[in-house]
Amino acid sequence: MPLIKAENLSKTYYGDGVKTRALREVSFEIKEGEFVAIMGPSGSGKSTLLHILGFLDKHTKGKYVFNEKEFDDFSEEELAHLRNKKMGFVFQMFNLLRRTSVLDNVMLPLLYSDNKEEDWKKMAKDAIKLVGLEHRMDYDTSQLSGGEKQRVAIARALVNNPQVIFADEPTGNLDSKSGQNIMEILQDLHESGKHTILLITHETYTAEHAERIINFKDGKISSDKAVQCRHHAREHFEK
Amino acid sequence: MKLEYTFKSALKALLTHKSRSALTILGIVIGITAIMMIMSMGSGAENLILGELGSFGSELIAVMPGREPTGPTDFAEMMFSDSLKERDVEALKKKSNVPGLRDISPEVLVPGSVSYMGETFKPMIIGWNVEMLAELMDLYPEKGNLFDDNDIRTKASVAVIGSKVKEELFGAQDAVNKKIKIKNRNFRVVGVFEKRGIVSFLNVDESVLIPYTTAITYLRGTDYYSQLNIIATSPEVIDETVLDIERTLREMHGITDPEKDDFYVTTQEAMLEQIGTIIGILTMFLSAVVAISLIVGGIGIMNIMLVSVTERTREIGLRKALGATEGNILKQFLIESVMLTATGGAIGIAFGAGLSFLVSVALSKFAGLNWSFSFPLTAAIMGLGVSAFVGLIFGLYPAKKASQKSPIEALRYE
Repeated sequence: MPLIKAENLSKTYYGDGVKTRALREVSFEIKEGEFVAIMGPSGSGKSTLLHILGFLDKHTKGKYVFNEKEFDDFSEEELAHLRNKKMGFVFQMFNLLRRTSVLDNVMLPLLYSDNKEEDWKKMAKDAIKLVGLEHRMDYDTSQLSGGEKQRVAIARALVNNPQVIFADEPTGNLDSKSGQNIMEILQDLHESGKHTILLITHETYTAEHAERIINFKDGKISSDKAVQCRHHAREHFEK
Repeated sequence: MKLEYTFKSALKALLTHKSRSALTILGIVIGITAIMMIMSMGSGAENLILGELGSFGSELIAVMPGREPTGPTDFAEMMFSDSLKERDVEALKKKSNVPGLRDISPEVLVPGSVSYMGETFKPMIIGWNVEMLAELMDLYPEKGNLFDDNDIRTKASVAVIGSKVKEELFGAQDAVNKKIKIKNRNFRVVGVFEKRGIVSFLNVDESVLIPYTTAITYLRGTDYYSQLNIIATSPEVIDETVLDIERTLREMHGITDPEKDDFYVTTQEAMLEQIGTIIGILTMFLSAVVAISLIVGGIGIMNIMLVSVTERTREIGLRKALGATEGNILKQFLIESVMLTATGGAIGIAFGAGLSFLVSVALSKFAGLNWSFSFPLTAAIMGLGVSAFVGLIFGLYPAKKASQKSPIEALRYE
């Protein structure tokens, strides 16, 4: 069974009397453990799709099945719980809490989890180590570089050991070296076999770090195929 | 979300905007300070008045002329009423009429001033049976003597004066046996009271006491008394003595319908009760006014919380994306607003207690009142409760608004 299954998924916005069809009857499946890039120009509906798949937004038509259960069958409370336990988010704008230490930022999802409180610090520290920021643990997030901020965001997404990581243009605000570093972390996470990764990007080069690319245009899938010549971030570094 | 972290993040959010938070709670601080002061001063005033009255002893019964006052016009009637005369006193004195009466003294207030050798002073001039007063107040002359029943019978021109009166008129000289002038009539000073201050609303130090017979005959030129003061034989017979007094006076005045009484009888106990009631009503009224200020303060809290919710739209969205439920967000914002108002309440309690303590010190030091400071514990607990409640009520709407934001709307917010 696929982890994510979309059937004729549509999303229509009504703003100021104008009807915008962001998604038009999109269907696809993503299996557990896949690394999928969703590509397309801005306005193609890729972000809308990610928000719906991440339970941050609701589709207007069609069917979305996550872990064999349909979206409509989840209560608000269950959705919040799933976002907390099963999903991790990495945003283009980092979305870290200001005036808050790296450790506290990474610990944030744990506050809403049912993990034991005495484990929180250790879990957060492990996640921070995984992204190589143990030397910045007590820094205020405003003292960090863009690349470091995004690594904190990844650590935060990882801390609850989620099934799926949704990354929305994670390298969009970074220089190429930092971006490469982020892709390296994402690929390592994927190779650990514990996480399914959904990456949104408009750059072909970034997308080619994934195993499969779904291309979007005008709210529809224009192509969906495996990556022939996959980039490996670590090799790139070593060159 | 665990409570400790909720509190920590609330504290952080409030400290991020220190001056804003401080200004926001100012309304609550002022409101609670006012409540504390009203409560503290109210109980201080009540203690003072009750203490003063209590020093008179519970056997005292007063008969006032006129109807029992129920409004301001009745007080005027009481002042000018001429219903209490010497024959009433004689009738009340009869054991067969009022068996519970031990002693009786009419009271006559005389407006005017006293002078001695060109020095003039405006004291309280009272015609009384001074021996009864001395016994009631446990008040005796420092120099000289009191005047006695014989002086009262013969309408003698004698006076016992307070220490302040003596000082103003005589300075360091001896006053006993000197002649002072009241309304062009010479009075011989027979005694000077010890310095005592205010006892039962009477400033002894600034009083001149003369026989009531003399006051009524030579100074007032009328034949009615301002008031009759009666001491009962024991506190147990007060109730029946009051009834006896009423019956006797109605008989004397030919009144059959108690509704038409031209006098009224009050006891120490009734007065205490009345004063307690008046202060209670006053305190309640003032508290109601202050409650309005707390509502205004609460609206300020709501306003600033709404601003805060809007400002932190992204943060709310992020928290929701990371798994916060509506309940988590609601709780977070409610705790923030309750923390804000409860802090205001605590500061108000400290201010209120401090200020009322200072006022009580000032009143007892500079006004010579026997004012005791009391920390109104109930008001403090109530103040804290009320301020937290204000935070809860006025924080509810902004918190609800925050919790209902859709995560994606919130994340998209610029």
